[in-house]
Amino acid sequence: MMENIIAKKSPAAARVNGNSKIAEKPEKGKRLEVLKTYKIYIGGKFPRTESGRYYVAANSAGEKLANMCLSSRKDFREAVVAARTAFGDWGSRHALNRGQILYRMAEMLEGRKMQFIEELLKQDASRKLAENEANLSIDRLIYYAGWCDKFQQIFSSVNPVACSHFNFSAPEPTGVVSVIAPQNNSLIGLVSVIAPVIAGGNTCIALASYSKPLCAITFAEVLNSSDVPGGTVNILTGNPDELLPYFSNHMDVNAVVYCEKDPAGRKVIHENAALNLKRTVFYEDTNWNSKEVQSPYRIMDTQEIKTTWHPIENIGGAKAGY
Amino acid sequence: MATKRDNTLKLKFDSARKLSPAPESRSSATIRPRYDLFINGKFEPSSGKKYFDTINPATGEKLSEAAEANAADVDKAVKAARNAYEKCWKKMPAKERGKYVFRIARMVQERAREFAIVETMDGGKPIRESRDFDIPTAANHFFYYAGWADKLEYAFPNRTAKSLGVAGQIIPWNFPLLMASWKIAPALATGNTVVLKPAETTPLTAMLLAEVIQEADLPPGVVNIITGGGSTGAALVNHPDINKIAFTGSTEVGKIIQRAIAGTSKKITLELGGKAPNIIFDDAPIDQAVEGVVNGIFFNQGHVCCAGSRLYVQESVMNDVVRKLRDRIETLIVGDPMDKNTDIGAINSKQQLDKINKYIKIGLGEGYDMYQSSCVLPDRGFFLRPTIFTNVAQSSRIAQEEIFGPVLTIQSFRTDEEAIEKANNNPYGLSAGVWTDKGSKIFNMTAKLRAGVVWANTFNKFDPASPFGGYKESGYGREGGLHGLQPYVTF
Repeated sequence: MMENIIAKKSPAAARVNGNSKIAEKPEKGKRLEVLKTYKIYIGGKFPRTESGRYYVAANSAGEKLANMCLSSRKDFREAVVAARTAFGDWGSRHALNRGQILYRMAEMLEGRKMQFIEELLKQDASRKLAENEANLSIDRLIYYAGWCDKFQQIFSSVNPVACSHFNFSAPEPTGVVSVIAPQNNSLIGLVSVIAPVIAGGNTCIALASYSKPLCAITFAEVLNSSDVPGGTVNILTGNPDELLPYFSNHMDVNAVVYCEKDPAGRKVIHENAALNLKRTVFYEDTNWNSKEVQSPYRIMDTQEIKTTWHPIENIGGAKAGY
Repeated sequence: MATKRDNTLKLKFDSARKLSPAPESRSSATIRPRYDLFINGKFEPSSGKKYFDTINPATGEKLSEAAEANAADVDKAVKAARNAYEKCWKKMPAKERGKYVFRIARMVQERAREFAIVETMDGGKPIRESRDFDIPTAANHFFYYAGWADKLEYAFPNRTAKSLGVAGQIIPWNFPLLMASWKIAPALATGNTVVLKPAETTPLTAMLLAEVIQEADLPPGVVNIITGGGSTGAALVNHPDINKIAFTGSTEVGKIIQRAIAGTSKKITLELGGKAPNIIFDDAPIDQAVEGVVNGIFFNQGHVCCAGSRLYVQESVMNDVVRKLRDRIETLIVGDPMDKNTDIGAINSKQQLDKINKYIKIGLGEGYDMYQSSCVLPDRGFFLRPTIFTNVAQSSRIAQEEIFGPVLTIQSFRTDEEAIEKANNNPYGLSAGVWTDKGSKIFNMTAKLRAGVVWANTFNKFDPASPFGGYKESGYGREGGLHGLQPYVTF
């Protein structure tokens, strides 16, 4: 019986160690494995979806990996409230502090790397690719951790206005960002789109890959133990077709990030975003492992430029040679 | 001046302000009876042979008429712009491109007086303002961006900026020439070509600019200027061969435009409405602050997207501020825009005057206290007295919606926190003002106000080097400065 099941597996799945096979019964005398319940992450807590709905995440061989929350519109709205509340805190933290917290995320991810590799293996990755993806995800967090207190200097300006005023422009976070993470990718895609958003002081609600959702929820556990204030990052699992309209039409969301080339999806987002003029950020990338997808310009995609003016008094007597 | 018992001074100007009229002469400008479309370097009538009138809002008289571009004209203009882009402008060395833009800047300066007169006659703004602000700032804007043309590699670290192609640009009627310069200058400097549509009620200075562009010998098709109304604008937005839309106007139309281009690859920037908070703390220099408030809301008849239309005054100085404000607006001269003494000119159109009056009615209907100056208004044209509403509720429509006229709402606050909360409690986020003598408070406030431009102890200042644009429903993208280049390039 055992051998039959293994024989049916794809080569990648065959490398999965025993704890992935939820359907299996333990052999006599062996310990019964404790299965993980994958919940969603809202406001620093792990609730189940309020809808009580679920879907089955499976690998390419059709093996069931877990029951995932099929998040609803209400879950999204709860998450927006949490993100908006958290924005007051996260958005006004010192950049150095944000950098240290992103670094802490990388530390936590490093410590739990094996767990992510296992989950990636379950979701059809080869060991080499899984290790590479986990390593890259850690390094990407470090990359953005370093940018937290630097990109402002690159993209700011002191403006030489032709009147007696001091005038400068600097980036500020746009606010609450909804992020539909890359769908054909499990961990690195999610990290690559969340990191620049929060590095810049925004808070977000991310929708995990529908087909490969495991790492996203385990990543939420990393966030939960990394001093990231609750509500800064909220992670939902569910059906993008169902949730995409809500991610783009909510009136208290300031920007939407979307990573699919699907023109219909982009159209819906762009049209819905017009309701309150959300900023729309569309990424064309297909290879999220590539170095090309990380850049301070990605942080700027969810930043606003604020220009501040103040008069300069002209005191008599300060002549040339003063 | 008479001293009052509360030891503050009341301004009394009634004898000093009886000024003799000082009208600017119309003779320095020629307004032709009819203006055609400027396409591919030539002036030509619309293929539909239709014209619409443009009037002087100070008199209601017809000044001239402008061609109404239809979809075929728009298509022709876009084709001319595409052709000029592919065959000429894209390939031209950047420094030569820049020299053309410098040339435009210089020629606008040379003809500044003419531009100012036409701007005031067509739009109703005081001649002092078009002469001292609109036209020089427009020329400076061309001059500023001209210099960027061959320096783009310094603007975007680690990236190579490429032009987008053809930019479709739609501008409003409140600063006609200035907005044309805000649109055209960065587009040309970054190597794009342009189809620009001026506002229906103020087409004339854009057509004068077309003459300058022709005179500057800009390659045909690099800038095309087509006049018309909403349908012309819609045809431009929906044209499939446009790479970039830049729109300045109402939030309502901005949203329509965003929906219209959804699903296309057109890049877009929107500079939309505003309802700027202007906050006076009790430690502010009150007289200066009152001047700033007056400038903030009555500059250009309040037809300013970043106008300081919501005044928040700390409770302890409320009475002082309101009294000084009332005294001050009593001294404002409302009337003939061509008169060099005029402070507040004509409302841009009948339609706009109706809209403002509708809001005044709403304010009165909701029971707020209104004060208007007692000045005598001209017996023709579209004019309105400077108006303030006190004791206004935060939720009131007159405190939430953009009126775009000389109407100020006043509310009080007690703490910094309350001021921030009230100021940010609005869908717009274009600009904001803060008045206090305390530096640390300034930086607390300017950091927390959700707006793209924040003026501290000043208001309504603009400069080509200073980025301008909104947060939230005031749109996205920046115009002016280094940051104003980005909407016109791709990497």
